[in-house]
Amino acid sequence: MESSSSSSTSDEAPTPASSGVSLHPAASITAKKAASVLTPKVQIRSLSFFYGKYKALHDVDMDIHDRQITAFIGPSGCGKSTLLRTLNRIYELYPGQRATGKIMLGGRNLLERADDVNLLRAKVGMVFQKATPFPMSVQDNISFGVHLYERLSRPDMEARVQWALEKAALWNEVKDKLRQDGTALSGGQQQRLCIARAVAVKPDVLLLDEPASALDPISTQKIEQLITELKKDYTIVIVTHNMQQAARVSDYTAFMYLGRLVEFGDTNKLFTKPAQQQTEEYITGRFG
Amino acid sequence: MTLRQHTSQEFEMELESVRQRIFDMGRHVDQVLESAGKALLEHDSELGNRIIAGDQETDSMELEIDHLCLQILARRQPVAGDLRLLTSALKLVVDLERIGDLGVSIAGRVVELGSEPPLTPYENLMRMLTTAREMLTEALGALQSQDVASANRVIDKDEVVDAYYTQIFNDVLSRMRESPDNIFGATRVQAISKYIERIGDHVTNVAERVIFILTGEDIRHSARMRRSDFS
Repeated sequence: MESSSSSSTSDEAPTPASSGVSLHPAASITAKKAASVLTPKVQIRSLSFFYGKYKALHDVDMDIHDRQITAFIGPSGCGKSTLLRTLNRIYELYPGQRATGKIMLGGRNLLERADDVNLLRAKVGMVFQKATPFPMSVQDNISFGVHLYERLSRPDMEARVQWALEKAALWNEVKDKLRQDGTALSGGQQQRLCIARAVAVKPDVLLLDEPASALDPISTQKIEQLITELKKDYTIVIVTHNMQQAARVSDYTAFMYLGRLVEFGDTNKLFTKPAQQQTEEYITGRFG
Repeated sequence: MTLRQHTSQEFEMELESVRQRIFDMGRHVDQVLESAGKALLEHDSELGNRIIAGDQETDSMELEIDHLCLQILARRQPVAGDLRLLTSALKLVVDLERIGDLGVSIAGRVVELGSEPPLTPYENLMRMLTTAREMLTEALGALQSQDVASANRVIDKDEVVDAYYTQIFNDVLSRMRESPDNIFGATRVQAISKYIERIGDHVTNVAERVIFILTGEDIRHSARMRRSDFS
């Protein structure tokens, strides 16, 4: 794997300033300032993944930075969704799937089976490609997950519902429809409801698996705006087939191919001056 | 590095069209310079006037490339090397257009000089022009052959053009000191040498942009800043 910034196996965070883009002095100073506060939230080390005997991920090393947006891109079957699914062990819902290596979050290897997987999934929330609101009211969609982890008084729960919906930039649109069925919302609203649901349990990391691929352009823009807003509080990982979306919203991009991490680094650099020919050929539409 | 072709053949053709039009525009402005040199050498005011009248062709080429780049940017949202090519093309054509303008300015001075005999032989002026034209050919050739070293050589060569300028300027100055009668011709020759010196600067810009297209390294200003450190 080629890291276009500092090596992903290094403890040092890849920084835009050291990423090789020829910045002029003024721009370099800004980039250095921005980079100086970066810390890895999730450290992935020698991660491999198996569907039965089939090895789908090969020794992936990567740092996912705190309160930054990291995008996984690559052609179908490259392993980007598989990699995302390891980060909250959701693959364990299916038999015959296993991961080896380490994924360090908060000083613990989250792949260790002794850890409470439900607690992990509260810490590492996930939003899927297709909006999956529960067949219940907007309010209950939010409070349902919170009930699993916290005992809140009714006013506190109502405050949490409002807070989550505000975080998901949905409150103004649904504040008068809290008792309505969540499935009655528009596609874009349903997806933001799912993001609100994930945010409501106050996760550390949000995993977004093609969250806007089924949405119209305006709804997509709203989701992208929301992702950028959420970055202030959460570490976000997004899988997307839409390279322009990755370029628009992410701070870091990982290009994967055939289960390997080909290149990982500053998004600005990866989309203007990728280090690897394979990355350049993929993002410019020469294969994939 | 040689990349495989785009999945979209149409996109591939559009990018190739941009490259081809840049080469065509480069060849065109080089022809303007060649003609301007010929007009100077042969005291050919008629040719000078034809060059002045033909300036619109260069402008049209610039506009066509601009429009094509904008269309591709809007429709394809290019990234990486494709993005570098298109954004650089938008700037590169400005330099090519300015080179064409400077060729026209040379023609203007040739017309003013008319049949007046040269103060001194135009040998150095023609050598200077030839060097600037070689730089242009080499800069565009570097883009075609993806030859970064060649583009770097073009940038270095600008110092040769600058040296010619200093020499011609000093020659012209001494001729003006000799007699006020020389001032008319001398100021025209000095202006022509300044135009060629500026052509060298614009070709240097072209070479810098070629390096950016090929490598992603933005060396604008840095080479000249380094040079000015020692001057």
